Amino acid sequence: MTGPKIIFFILAAAIVVFSILSIFSRRILRAAIYLLFVLVAMAGLYYMMNFQFLAAVQLMLYAGGIVVLIIFSILLTSQIDSKLQAPSGSHLLAGGLTAIAGIALSASTILEFTFKPSTETAVGTDMRTIGLQLMDTGVHGYALPFEVISVLLLAALVGSIFIAQKKKV
Amino acid sequence: MNYSYTILILLLPILMFLFIGLMGDKMKPQLSGLLGTSGLLVITLLSYFTAFNYFGHRVGESFQAIEAFQLLWLQFTDTLIIHIGILLDPLSVMMLVVITTVSLMVHIYSLGYMKGEKGFARYYAFLSLFTFSMLGLVLATNIFQMYIFWELVGVSSYLLIGFYYERPSAVAAAKKAFIVTRFADLGFLLGILILSFYTNTFDFIALTDLNGLAITQPTTAVFMGLSVTTWAMLLIFMGGAGKSAMFPLHIWLPDAMEGPTPVSALIHAATMVVAGVYLVARLFPLYSYTSPDSLEVIAYIGSFTSLFAAVIACTQLDIKRVLAFSTLSQIGYMVVALGVSGYGTEGLGYMASLFHLFTHAFFKALLFLGAGSVIHAVHSNLMTDMGGLKKYMPITHITFLIACLTIAGIPPLSGFFSKDEILVAAFEHNKIIFAVQWLVAGITAFYMFRLYFNIFWNHTPEYHHAPHESPATMTIPLIFLAVASVFSGFVPFHDLVTSDGNPLHTEFHWMIAGPSILIAVVGISVAYVLYAKKNSKPEAIATSLKGIYTMAYHKFYIDEIYLFITHKVIFNFISRPIAWFDRHIVDGTMNLIGNTTVYFSGAIKKMQSGHVQWYIWYFTSGVLLLVFLVMYLN
Amino acid sequence: MNLQAEIPLDYMIVLSTIVFFVGLMGVLIRRNLITMLMGIELMLNAVNINFVAFNHYLFPNRLEGHFFALIVMAIAAAEAAIAIALIINIYRQFNTVSVDDVDELKF
Repeated sequence: MTGPKIIFFILAAAIVVFSILSIFSRRILRAAIYLLFVLVAMAGLYYMMNFQFLAAVQLMLYAGGIVVLIIFSILLTSQIDSKLQAPSGSHLLAGGLTAIAGIALSASTILEFTFKPSTETAVGTDMRTIGLQLMDTGVHGYALPFEVISVLLLAALVGSIFIAQKKKV
Repeated sequence: MNYSYTILILLLPILMFLFIGLMGDKMKPQLSGLLGTSGLLVITLLSYFTAFNYFGHRVGESFQAIEAFQLLWLQFTDTLIIHIGILLDPLSVMMLVVITTVSLMVHIYSLGYMKGEKGFARYYAFLSLFTFSMLGLVLATNIFQMYIFWELVGVSSYLLIGFYYERPSAVAAAKKAFIVTRFADLGFLLGILILSFYTNTFDFIALTDLNGLAITQPTTAVFMGLSVTTWAMLLIFMGGAGKSAMFPLHIWLPDAMEGPTPVSALIHAATMVVAGVYLVARLFPLYSYTSPDSLEVIAYIGSFTSLFAAVIACTQLDIKRVLAFSTLSQIGYMVVALGVSGYGTEGLGYMASLFHLFTHAFFKALLFLGAGSVIHAVHSNLMTDMGGLKKYMPITHITFLIACLTIAGIPPLSGFFSKDEILVAAFEHNKIIFAVQWLVAGITAFYMFRLYFNIFWNHTPEYHHAPHESPATMTIPLIFLAVASVFSGFVPFHDLVTSDGNPLHTEFHWMIAGPSILIAVVGISVAYVLYAKKNSKPEAIATSLKGIYTMAYHKFYIDEIYLFITHKVIFNFISRPIAWFDRHIVDGTMNLIGNTTVYFSGAIKKMQSGHVQWYIWYFTSGVLLLVFLVMYLN
Repeated sequence: MNLQAEIPLDYMIVLSTIVFFVGLMGVLIRRNLITMLMGIELMLNAVNINFVAFNHYLFPNRLEGHFFALIVMAIAAAEAAIAIALIINIYRQFNTVSVDDVDELKF
């Protein structure tokens, strides 16, 4: 059992356990916090695979942005005190069956296929390489998606302000 | 010789009908009347022109049938084709003259008679429609076209009988006429189908061709003892019997007097009721050669009807009813004459029948129009309300007298010649029928003069206002028809209209003519004694013959028998179960299908519950299912 | 470090599958709109792991998966923002954030 393997198993276990807990938890704030743990563990997984930048972005964005947003909305809709309703029997059955069927189907399909790991040389994942790729307008460049994403974010910003504003009566 | 102008004879009346029918409300009534009359004047002149041309051109010794116009309508096989066309042969040209003349007289007469009635334009539209249908019937080239126009005639007759539609009795009479003739047309259609199935053609020229397959090689199929051809011809005659009001399908004709009197003159005296006679005459070679047994049946039915109707006419008080039964009786004569006839040189009965049709049209129309004139003056239909009119209405009186003498068969008026030929033909064939017809001639004279004396002589009742002579529009047709009645007997019919187109040799039989004149005179004298002056002899005779008198007065209760059969038997045993079936099973099935659909839609629409989670579940499970199906069942 | 020797690709894939379907179950089971949103975030993250794993194991000389995951994260952020705005609006309208009570668009 080498180091990476142990770390991987710890991280994977954390992800699975906390995600299941997040779903079944009956107190909403706890569910948000479990989600936070899942996201942090995933950042760890990215860091293991040498994608430092992505791990940092994951932490900043998800853990620092989205979960905070979720907690804000929980507070705004004043749900903290009461316990959430437990899912009803039919819902549980339907969801459970779908999930299990889905896992069985997908996993069995994918595992039948043997993936050949590549033998190419790994490219660097430092900031310089990422930046150059991001601004590249050539074949493997990501300048266009970058610009489009910025427009999308602008639209989402304006849209969310508009939707959530108080109606001027 | 180009006869294609004859298409106008068919087109003008239908155009008149459409025009007057659609625009009638928007013009003054007089204008629509004049329009209808002038249209009819044109086609009358056209038909005279056609007759003059046709009868002026003989081919060798005989007249040929000419198809002036033929349009293909429906084609079933090579020979089984329904055309729409115009056939000109002696029979149809003669009918053309009769129909257009009488129709023209009725149109002119109606200008005066129907003046001021509401629905004046509608009346003229229907008259034009009727004329169109009747002309199409006689000019038909094939039996199916004739059937189409036959039905059209029935419809026009329904519309005209029910003209005073606010009167329940008129509506009932129109329904009765239509239903009875429609029922008879069931037999007609069956006959047409059987006949055309075995002879493989509808066309009259092919059916009556002496060298054609229909006559030289008739089918030998037999059904229930009778040859199939005899069945077909008898069924076709059933259709003719309905329109011509033979017993027992005569019940509609007396009730049809609910219509306006000119309508009775046109339809129920001169034209529609002779359609049955026309039909048998048209198919006469078939009757004569392939099923002479049916001709025997036809003769007996005609004879019985004429006796039956004559007896009833002696007791009726409504003058139009008397004339209706008189029509029944005279048509019986025509049918008898056809029934006792042979073909070719033995075709005296055929010629006599058509001759009587020709003369009867004129004098019966005259009688009806005269009765209309009297009714118009006195405002009542009943004999008991009339009397002594000879000093108030001279023209009507003289013309009516001429008509009565004609129908009684007094020489040298036309009725004598035609009736005499019939009696000769009957004498040569069947002595019993001859005896019956001879007796009926006497009874005819009796009841006609009973009618005449009761209206114009006898005692004068209290009139509300003194009756005056009718206006010129009504008396001119009367005079014209009286002249026609007098002189139409001198038309050389035996040269013109015979069973095979060749002239027929006839001679005068004093042995028959003498007794017929004698019995007519006897009838007239008995009527004179009983009715010329007011006395109590008629009541005395009526009470002594109580039973028979009552039965004859109630038309032998035939109507009541029909009502019993329809109400008790047909309605209860046939109509009610069928209605139940229709309401519960047929409608029930439809309702079941509808309700099932509604039920299932109710079940399915719950799927759109508004819960987002359900929707998500629907599509994710759907995707998984599809993936499963594609991967593992491929 | 290169993980190819130690941890096979299949483990990563199984992990991401499990997390994805757990997130799906969360969306289907939960009554509260906000917790449904959490399930959606789980699903998006599982997809991210998948992209990154394929990039690392099968195409180490390129950065496609990396950038895709980046873009997915940006989109998830935008979507979460809009979703919260909608939830706030629904809360103002119906005074509840239970998904059972917002079923107006039904038959």
